[in-house]
Amino acid sequence: MSVQIYTPEAFHRQAHDALGNPQIRRNFRKAMDGLMSKRRDVFSDWDLEALRELGANIRLRALAKLPDLLERLEANCQANGIQVHWAENGDEACRIIRELCEARAARAVIKGKSMVSEEMHLNQHLEAAGIEALESDLGEYLVQLNEQTPSHIIMPAIHLNTDEISEILHDKTGTERTRDVDYMTAAARAQLRERFMAADVGISGVNFAVAETGTLCLVENEGNGRMTTTVPPVHIAVTGIEKVVEHLRDVPPLYALLTRSATGQHVTTYFNMISSPRKPGEHDGPEEVHLVLVDNGRSNIYQDNELLDTLRCIRCGACMNHCPVYTRVGGHTYGTTYPGPIGKILMPHMLGLEATKDLPTASSLCGACGEVCPVKIPIPDLLVRLRREAVGEGRGNVPGAGVKRSRKELLAWKGWQWLATHPTVWRGSTMVAGKLRGLTPTKLGPWTEYRTAPKPAKASLHALVKAHQHKDGEGRS
Amino acid sequence: MTSVKLYPPKPEKVYFFGTCLIDMFFPQAGLDGIRLLEREGIEVVFPDDQTCCGQPAYTSGYQDEARAVAEAQLGLFAEPWPIVVPSGSCGGMMRTHYPQLFAGTPRETEAREVASRIYELTEFLMHVCHIQLADKGRPEKVAMHTSCSARREMGLAETGPKLLAQLGHVELVEQERAAECCGFGGTFAVRHPEVSAAMVEDKTQAIEATGAEHFVTSDCGCLMNIAGRFEYQKKAVWGEHIASYLWRRTT
Repeated sequence: MSVQIYTPEAFHRQAHDALGNPQIRRNFRKAMDGLMSKRRDVFSDWDLEALRELGANIRLRALAKLPDLLERLEANCQANGIQVHWAENGDEACRIIRELCEARAARAVIKGKSMVSEEMHLNQHLEAAGIEALESDLGEYLVQLNEQTPSHIIMPAIHLNTDEISEILHDKTGTERTRDVDYMTAAARAQLRERFMAADVGISGVNFAVAETGTLCLVENEGNGRMTTTVPPVHIAVTGIEKVVEHLRDVPPLYALLTRSATGQHVTTYFNMISSPRKPGEHDGPEEVHLVLVDNGRSNIYQDNELLDTLRCIRCGACMNHCPVYTRVGGHTYGTTYPGPIGKILMPHMLGLEATKDLPTASSLCGACGEVCPVKIPIPDLLVRLRREAVGEGRGNVPGAGVKRSRKELLAWKGWQWLATHPTVWRGSTMVAGKLRGLTPTKLGPWTEYRTAPKPAKASLHALVKAHQHKDGEGRS
Repeated sequence: MTSVKLYPPKPEKVYFFGTCLIDMFFPQAGLDGIRLLEREGIEVVFPDDQTCCGQPAYTSGYQDEARAVAEAQLGLFAEPWPIVVPSGSCGGMMRTHYPQLFAGTPRETEAREVASRIYELTEFLMHVCHIQLADKGRPEKVAMHTSCSARREMGLAETGPKLLAQLGHVELVEQERAAECCGFGGTFAVRHPEVSAAMVEDKTQAIEATGAEHFVTSDCGCLMNIAGRFEYQKKAVWGEHIASYLWRRTT
């Protein structure tokens, strides 16, 4: 099987391929339907609006104090014995992590799920340096075995069904072909268990970094996160700078929102709070704990009072699960680390609008994403803002701003503007269109490939109202 | 989510903003909306110089052009009467996005004031007119597609279905995934035609599966999309604006 490379530039072609792939369509529809209904059920006895309001405000407060909170996080982590590193971009973060590995002469790294590490292509970087990085989250493990990238930020292998997973495990690890999920899970568990024991370094992400206590919170279901962060002698946590929260008491509401929004769970099987390396007299835990704080475009987003809302995200993936576009084209179609609605508003900042110009327009602005977002990110408004940036009518502070500036399109909108600001001409043109309705083209570009063309009415509403008022006038006189 | 809204008592006069799609393609829907309001004893004022709310340019990123067109509408509603719009999409634009569009401009206050008087038609009939409908039609099944802007931007998922529930001989049938977008999205349908087509295909299948031969919607963008897809496939299912349906069933 050849490895397919997906890019945001090829969004249209990838969407075409995905829409024509019945397997992909079925897998995503089924999975997203299930996730939507689980989320609905699990929130049914909660005052969801009040909780979302609280979640949004916790994140807003953290962002308002971000520079200060990051300094407090650093100071409190260091006081706990956690070494803190700062990386301006993905490459720098990769270099820091590689050097930490090399300092321990590490050959084998075991990884818990981390989207930031995907964002900076950490695995490829480590492999190029001769360090093997193995994913231990089951979904990530499958995706890695299949030489793919995650198609969802919470469920990386959601594009695969049971038969496909069985085939991958059979091909790559020699297990039996089966539909028995328990057998497959047990096989993967046995395979991974050895690797945990042999790993020199464990690398994980972070869900919430608590400034006031210097605590790293890690949310997971499989126990692989706990293994990754406790078994190897070195634990490196890597996260975006926006993941910091002020107080420990800020965590429970966000955790309540995260698990319910993501997978429809009241709680996850594991909730890890990492606050220091192994202390003298303790029997287990890593000898070293490092925290790598990655910027990678985030502080640029932070400078803009509208775009800033992008950084509220707690990475639950509910926007994907509820997106009618994502549900139909799947995660790989976007060609970016973060797919779906959050990807459409985040990736342009990381990759530039040149590469991602088709992403902000790939939305009907139906608002389903904004409606379910646990921290109330106004995703549709941010999509419109990025469309403005792309056509050169924004603030010009997003990389690649103005890439879609087109004389032809601008002229068309200027023509529309002229018509809609000259009411007499407007009424005249709807009248003419009504008279010439027999000449209405039956082919209207892509619209009529799937639908009939709309036909102007014989008389416009302006004309109907005039006739209606005339009749009323007669009736009264 | 919109917060709790306090509705005013029924006024003597309202403005009617017909929307450009209705003006050009579905004028009967506009006229039927006006007749429904008039039957409630309200005088309907239709400013003759109205054109378009500006949304097509706004959602395409052409903010300056959108603002120019919106500005031409702002001055049409000088009296303090409610402004009724037979579309959740245009209503949402005027209620939610006019204040954003004019923020920091000399007309910001005016834009906010106009926005505060915007009502979607079914919302107005239900919550301000407290309309009582007497069904005169034959028994039939009907499906409804509530537009995403009405449902989510304006928080009006219930008003259309509740009005239909007043029609004694009409059985409102709910299609699968009723809250899902039909795939119109303005220029989205043209910029991403294949994705849009996949969405409207699913929507037409869901409506057809209800067994209803007729569907209504409160937005002509969705109507053009869904009905256009049915017609393209030469299916018998047809659609109309909810205003026309309510008027037709009660006269």
